[in-house]
Amino acid sequence: MLKQVLDSIFKKPATTKYPFAKAVMPDKFRGKIIFHPERCIGCKLCMKDCPAGAIEIRKVGEKKFECEIDLGKCIYCAQCVDSCLKKALEATKEFELAALERNKLKVTYHAESGEVSKE
Amino acid sequence: MHKVVIPIGPQHPALKEPESFSVTLSGEKIMKFSAKLGYNHRGIEKACEERTYTQDVYLTERICGICSHSHSTCFVQAVEEIAAVAVPKRALYIRTLIGELERIHSHLLWLGVAGHEVGFDTLLMYSWRDREVVMDILAMLTGNRVNYGINTIGGVRRDVSPEQAKQILKAMDTLEERTKYYIQIATEETTLIQRLSGVGVLSNKDALKLGAVGPTARASGVDRDVRRDDPYAAYAEVKFKVITDNHNDVYGRTLVRMGELMEAYSIIRQIINNMPDGPVAVKVPRKIPAGEAVSRYEAPRGEDLHYVKANGTEKPERVKVRAPTLANIQTVAKMLEDRQLADLPIVIAAIDPCFSCTDRLTGVRQQGKRSKNVMRWEDLHSYSIKYYQEHGIDFTDLNKKLAKLLK
Amino acid sequence: MIDLFYILIFPGFLFLSIFGLGAEFLDRKFHARLQNRIGPPWFQPLADFIKLSAKEEIVPDEANPSMFRMMPILAITATVTAFFYIPLWSAKPLLSFSGDLIVILYLLTIPTLTFFLGGWYSTSLYSRIGAVRALTQLFAYEVPLLMSIMAPALLANTWSLSEMAVFYSIHPILCLSNVLGFTISLISLLGKLEKVPFDIPEAETEIVGGTFTEYSSKLLAIFRLGIDIEAIVGASLLAAVFIPFGLNLPPILGFLLFVVKVLAIICTLTVLRTIFARLRIDQMVSFCWKILAPLAFLQIFIALFLKGIILR
Repeated sequence: MLKQVLDSIFKKPATTKYPFAKAVMPDKFRGKIIFHPERCIGCKLCMKDCPAGAIEIRKVGEKKFECEIDLGKCIYCAQCVDSCLKKALEATKEFELAALERNKLKVTYHAESGEVSKE
Repeated sequence: MHKVVIPIGPQHPALKEPESFSVTLSGEKIMKFSAKLGYNHRGIEKACEERTYTQDVYLTERICGICSHSHSTCFVQAVEEIAAVAVPKRALYIRTLIGELERIHSHLLWLGVAGHEVGFDTLLMYSWRDREVVMDILAMLTGNRVNYGINTIGGVRRDVSPEQAKQILKAMDTLEERTKYYIQIATEETTLIQRLSGVGVLSNKDALKLGAVGPTARASGVDRDVRRDDPYAAYAEVKFKVITDNHNDVYGRTLVRMGELMEAYSIIRQIINNMPDGPVAVKVPRKIPAGEAVSRYEAPRGEDLHYVKANGTEKPERVKVRAPTLANIQTVAKMLEDRQLADLPIVIAAIDPCFSCTDRLTGVRQQGKRSKNVMRWEDLHSYSIKYYQEHGIDFTDLNKKLAKLLK
Repeated sequence: MIDLFYILIFPGFLFLSIFGLGAEFLDRKFHARLQNRIGPPWFQPLADFIKLSAKEEIVPDEANPSMFRMMPILAITATVTAFFYIPLWSAKPLLSFSGDLIVILYLLTIPTLTFFLGGWYSTSLYSRIGAVRALTQLFAYEVPLLMSIMAPALLANTWSLSEMAVFYSIHPILCLSNVLGFTISLISLLGKLEKVPFDIPEAETEIVGGTFTEYSSKLLAIFRLGIDIEAIVGASLLAAVFIPFGLNLPPILGFLLFVVKVLAIICTLTVLRTIFARLRIDQMVSFCWKILAPLAFLQIFIALFLKGIILR
């Protein structure tokens, strides 16, 4: 034990100075879910399969849908990504999603410009 | 000497999860020990009945953070048996791969926790540093470090690519070398051996009588392992040894877990080298036909049991989970007879408690009678009102106030 | 007037506090590097002290408020007083008289007594168990510590630290005969400072906080500062008794040498605390009485034997 412990002085530390040194997640990490409104057909299979009831698809016009995801309820399982027939949902690598107020966690993806807004 | 009753928990630095133990001490010697469970009860079994099978896969995964894949696989196996689905071979291999990776991460976590309980913080830091290797592999394979979400009814959701397979093999080499170092520490470090030997003794007969499972039982010479006795997933096609030990104490349990780590590396190498080609999932209809099934899985802590009853709809009728810690917690009282207070944290840690898995009873045993009675929700409601009325607490005034507020 | 300067600034409270906090930082940083981690920044112990002082002070209902509050102050006073008798960079400390070695050792047992009293008067279950353990541990390590420190004093034929320093600067080769005593006193110092493997009175995973369970805010900050200063005093006592060379250098160099010696002893204690697990109280008592005490006796025999030869 003593030898290992003394050798550790000369090795690089295993910890990092987060948040000053950023942590990068691997590819296909299940972080925040984003929505591509041009591909959505409004079948609402994602809403049916979501275990937490975090996603909501609303019709705002003829073949135009907008999506609201509650980041507080979402469990980041990406089942909606698998259930979607048209690949309109995608999982990103973003995981630093903390906010100071609960209602700021609801993210809406609008139909026209695909813009994201936090209420 | 004067007797003191000291509470360990629900919040205590020795426990990683809330559980209430009440210990009667005379000086440093433990006279009596009793446990009160239920602080982590979340109503998961009831919640499973309200959700579809696909949603339940994720819900059962979150019964516990460390053995998440065990619960999810156990549930999915039961549902697939009811639906009589033939899961493709490649999916079974991938499930086994993730299961063994989970076993590695759980045992390395246990090693760190055991070190911390005896005051050996260096072991905690080193073993959790090596555990990061496994967590990174799991994040690369499944998309998350815990709660992998790799299972779906009918197979798995993701495939393993050849580059990922190469990285897994490299990680296994690193981890094997580090595990050999931990085995060396466990057998040579004097203060550690002094704290672990002779502590928490559970004889073979007691282990069988109290129904211990997993490494707790295997360290007392009970040769039971679900992976060999009742093979599931790909375990029928892999060669591995079941590690037992005759020390009957915490030291034996440490050796059993270290041995299981080495076996896990060998199993993973066999799986990667022999993985068959093919699809990773088959499509299963949303409505599962009526039937019931029991499925067993060797979680890192012991034998995990799931019972699922389906009735032809999209939602299960009944899901019952028996976690391994529930079987092992009965042995703690026996192990702590005539021991000192200083042994209590390591003895509790040696059964590798996971109280999130444990708290899920819904049976009620009536006092004095031997039969078990299952209460319906309305019965429970009227029983609780009657109980409070018998103890002199009356709710009629509060009810009137509530009615007035609601009007 | 000059006395006030000595007591409050140097080598009194201010100097010892800064030195104590610096030694705690070195201990924690080195401990972290040995465990392959980064460790806290240099101002961490000072930040802990300030943060603790800013919190609300809670005294348990059934505790004795005056005793409860007095214990930390007694602890820190005793350790600071003990420091005045230790030679820093010359053979002459601030205060000295013919029996000061015994006085230092006596003053160093007062902090342990305050741990016991503080834990006892807290009336909480965990505090009481920790307090009783602290006393039990005192009975275990005190005898080896006293005997191993007594051996060099026997050889030098005096109970005064300054005269011992003078003796050893005349016969420096005799320091080597005390190596066994040095090892034993290092291990016993781990017991006095309540560090692993002897941190049984404050076993976090068994009895929450031990003696300090009910302490909060300024009292806990003063207790912790007192423990840091006790580490400095213990280490400088060992440095003065077992490695008393370089006492004829000019003041600045001599002072730096003293700092280096103390920090070297503290680093050794850190390495010892990294590689061991915590012992149970019965294991610790049997280890101290069955192994350390006989070895300390052996050291005394060596000292007496050598004294016989030198006198001849």
